[in-house]
Amino acid sequence: MRQEAALLREARDSAELTNAIGLHARPSVKLTQVAKGFGATIEIATAPDGPWTDAKSLVRIMRIKAAQGETLFVRAHGADAASAVTAVADLIRRNFDED
Amino acid sequence: MERRVPGVPAAPGLAGGLVQHLVQASGQPRSGATASLERAALDAAMLAVRAELEMLAGRLAGAEAAILGFQIALLDDPELVREAEARIAAGIPADRAWIEGMASEIRCLEAADDPHFRARATDLADLRDAVLAQLRPDGRAATILHPGCILAAEDLTPSLFLRMDWQRGSGIVLGGGSAASHVAMLARGRGIPMVVGVGKVWADLSGPVLVDGDAGLVIAGPAPDILARAAVPPVPASAPDVASGPALTRDGRRIAVEINVATLADLDGVSPESCDGIGLVRTEFLIEHALADEERQLEIYARLLGWARGLPVTIRTLDAGGDKPMRGYSVEGERNPFLGLRGLRLSLARPDLFRIQLRAILRAAALGPLRLLLPMVTTPAEVLAARDHIAKAAAGLAAEGRAFAIPPLGMMLEVPAAAMAAGRFAVDFYSIGTNDLAQFACAAARDDLRISGLADPRHPGLMAMIAHALKEARTLGRPVMLCGDAATDRATLETLLRLGLEGVSVAPPYLARVISEISMIDCGAIDRGTIDCGAIDRGTGDQP
Repeated sequence: MRQEAALLREARDSAELTNAIGLHARPSVKLTQVAKGFGATIEIATAPDGPWTDAKSLVRIMRIKAAQGETLFVRAHGADAASAVTAVADLIRRNFDED
Repeated sequence: MERRVPGVPAAPGLAGGLVQHLVQASGQPRSGATASLERAALDAAMLAVRAELEMLAGRLAGAEAAILGFQIALLDDPELVREAEARIAAGIPADRAWIEGMASEIRCLEAADDPHFRARATDLADLRDAVLAQLRPDGRAATILHPGCILAAEDLTPSLFLRMDWQRGSGIVLGGGSAASHVAMLARGRGIPMVVGVGKVWADLSGPVLVDGDAGLVIAGPAPDILARAAVPPVPASAPDVASGPALTRDGRRIAVEINVATLADLDGVSPESCDGIGLVRTEFLIEHALADEERQLEIYARLLGWARGLPVTIRTLDAGGDKPMRGYSVEGERNPFLGLRGLRLSLARPDLFRIQLRAILRAAALGPLRLLLPMVTTPAEVLAARDHIAKAAAGLAAEGRAFAIPPLGMMLEVPAAAMAAGRFAVDFYSIGTNDLAQFACAAARDDLRISGLADPRHPGLMAMIAHALKEARTLGRPVMLCGDAATDRATLETLLRLGLEGVSVAPPYLARVISEISMIDCGAIDRGTIDCGAIDRGTGDQP
């Protein structure tokens, strides 16, 4: 039952990667840091239907090798899913505060 | 016999010296104990590496700290050891399990199309080797460099680079590698010329070689005159005590001797008592990865002021562009980047980032004696525009109730037209940048080996220009410093001091030598007109 309740609290968003070299080392570190600030499960993908990657794992994120111009899809499950998704998508839109 | 080996330019500059090959000693493989003991050994090895990285990162700032931060964050992710754990559970010793586990991550990045992702494979390999060295205790790489050597290797990892004691005059040649690698960025930050991608030939290099980090060329067995052009005056290994303290000429004139700083690591082993302050902070290296981060910039500037303990710290706003490109900030593909959108021109074109840097500098100015220096100034209107930005930043800080101060404002004299009209600019002090001023005044690009010798800092025309600027500044009572390689040449230094130069700023390794040379120079009355051209006429005889 609890799992079902959590599933109900799903939130989604997406944002385009506009920084020069995509989801490389520093942006990935920032993304995991923001994601770890939330209790919700947060996942990212480069297509709307996945495959989904744990946004709290730097190693997994580096495996995506998402390049500039790709759209990152974000989804979260859990009590703070909505704010988690907003925080992650905003970070991407802000170019990871890199410029 | 001279042999030219083409490669890819990764860090600019020229370096000549004897080749030293990177020797990677490999420790003995583990025989393996129980799975739980092997697991504990891996955990301990990772913790030890993490602690070492944390310690290194604490001494570094900007790009250098960010690279280590990436590796620390990787160590903190349990996903990194998931495969190794599974192998250990299956009875494989920790070292082999770790190598095999990391192999798939490294392969995944090596297979990327994007060179930036491929370059990250080196960071992972670096981490793999650091942990492996802990698991196989005698497996450290030899990192003792001969002074001024040219390091040759297949590839070089960031943490190995940061553990090495780089001397002025060193250079790097890599068989593989990439200009987009973190280690290339570090080499650029430390001013160590580097050529990558020369192929297997790196292993055959021996004896004297010249690394041309601008052209991406390695010359094996270069002709002596070519090698001499890359030669850097020898720097005494240890600073004699007599040379520290205030610098006085033989006839008792006080000359300020300050230091140039590009990274916080440059301050290692330098005491503020041995100089008169920081004459030049190259922020394009120091805050390279904090361009939009005001708090981080403030923290870095505050650390410089803390080190200086009341001595002045001269912070130059970003001098990017030209031969110091910054990804995502400077303009790429300019036809003539030295004459392009760079220095203050670029700051004025990017008011969003200029505002952030000015806010951080003004806030830092409340903490100690700080001077603000503008690079590549061409017209008085640019200084007024910068002053306008400073006033706006101050008004914003005042409205927010933050502590700040407006520091004295100075300009670099590197554009000949500006040097000849120095008095027209609304500034409080000047700093002569001899490297750029010489290449512009002599119309000889400093990154072209065939002609860079023409940009001689002792050229009488250049000296006349500096003499003119010094005269205008003296009339207005404004101090003039010089930050550039010219100050490290005894004859040039003597001429400049006789012309009335009041201070110099040099890289920390030159501090003791310059102070001791000043003590041997007799300035006499300030020479207000004539310039001794003898040295110049003799010195440039071999030019084409």
